[in-house]
Amino acid sequence: MLLAEAVAPASELLAESEFPGLSAAFAVEIFILAMLAATAFAMIRMRQLFGVAMLSGIYSLLSAAFFVALDAVDVAFTEAAVGAGVSTVLVLSGIALTAKRELPVDRERTFLPLAIVLVVGAALVYATIDMPAFGDPNAPANVYVGAQYIERTPEDIEVPNIVTAVLASYRGFDTLGETVVVFTAGLACLLLLGAGSIRGGGRHDDEEH
Amino acid sequence: MGHLILRVTIKLLFAPIILFALYVQFHGDYGPGGGFQAGVTLAAAFILHALGFGLDRCQKVIPPGWLPVGMALGVLIYAGTGIYTMLLGGNFLDYDVIQPDSHHHAGQHIGIIVVELGVGLAVAATMLQIFYAFAAREPEPMDDAW
Repeated sequence: MLLAEAVAPASELLAESEFPGLSAAFAVEIFILAMLAATAFAMIRMRQLFGVAMLSGIYSLLSAAFFVALDAVDVAFTEAAVGAGVSTVLVLSGIALTAKRELPVDRERTFLPLAIVLVVGAALVYATIDMPAFGDPNAPANVYVGAQYIERTPEDIEVPNIVTAVLASYRGFDTLGETVVVFTAGLACLLLLGAGSIRGGGRHDDEEH
Repeated sequence: MGHLILRVTIKLLFAPIILFALYVQFHGDYGPGGGFQAGVTLAAAFILHALGFGLDRCQKVIPPGWLPVGMALGVLIYAGTGIYTMLLGGNFLDYDVIQPDSHHHAGQHIGIIVVELGVGLAVAATMLQIFYAFAAREPEPMDDAW
């Protein structure tokens, strides 16, 4: 309940606008989406990988802002910390190990990826036609278990943040699985790259160099 | 000693970032966030420090050998909570049996805090481990290398 109270004012504040029909919240969302598209095109155009990594960080930060506009603060938090923060650094560390520039691709080889992207994009746009309106109380996500979680969390668990209640208690087994996935990712990196790090963390070069 | 502004900024930000990570960790029941976000934020603080002051100084504070232990310990704390509730006679991760007599679901609160602690530890250790694995392979890139 506390979460809802803390989050609601931001969107209500944005909703108050002098122009009926075009609310400030809508304008902000359109602006962020336009910035996202512009960033994506800039990333495609750019050949210098350092710039691409920076732009991908900006893309994540914009997505986080968009999630805040949609009142999904927990998701926004994760996106800002992981997408804009850690993964940008990891991509930069990756670039440090390879080339600094992306090689141009032959024009003939760009048609198949373009066709795949267009088909997938069209399918996604087609799928949005059936989607319920944002915040629709009768949407499938908000009835069935969703409504049950909201109704029963104050009695069952008494935790103000329902997201935490669902994540750690109702769906605790799922979250255990996610933690194991994170653990496995770290283990895979350790096995592939980090043998030198275990032995005191000394830097080591491969023998070919 | 280049990057003076960066280093001063990192020194100013380092402690508040860790404090914020702890706040997110233990305030996850009441506000946005939880173990995952706290773990990433904590790892980001050390990664930031390593970027400004070099990997060696970061590895002096958190030796690379600790990180696999932290990763495994985090998962074990989580799974162990589930085993513990089973030993108390409940289902796996059924926190109510930790404090069955409580009228305000203290068992749920304890269970969630402990489980989130496991998530935070596992995520922070994994993020730092991945960063170490990448950053320890070659000398840091020069400024003009980009």
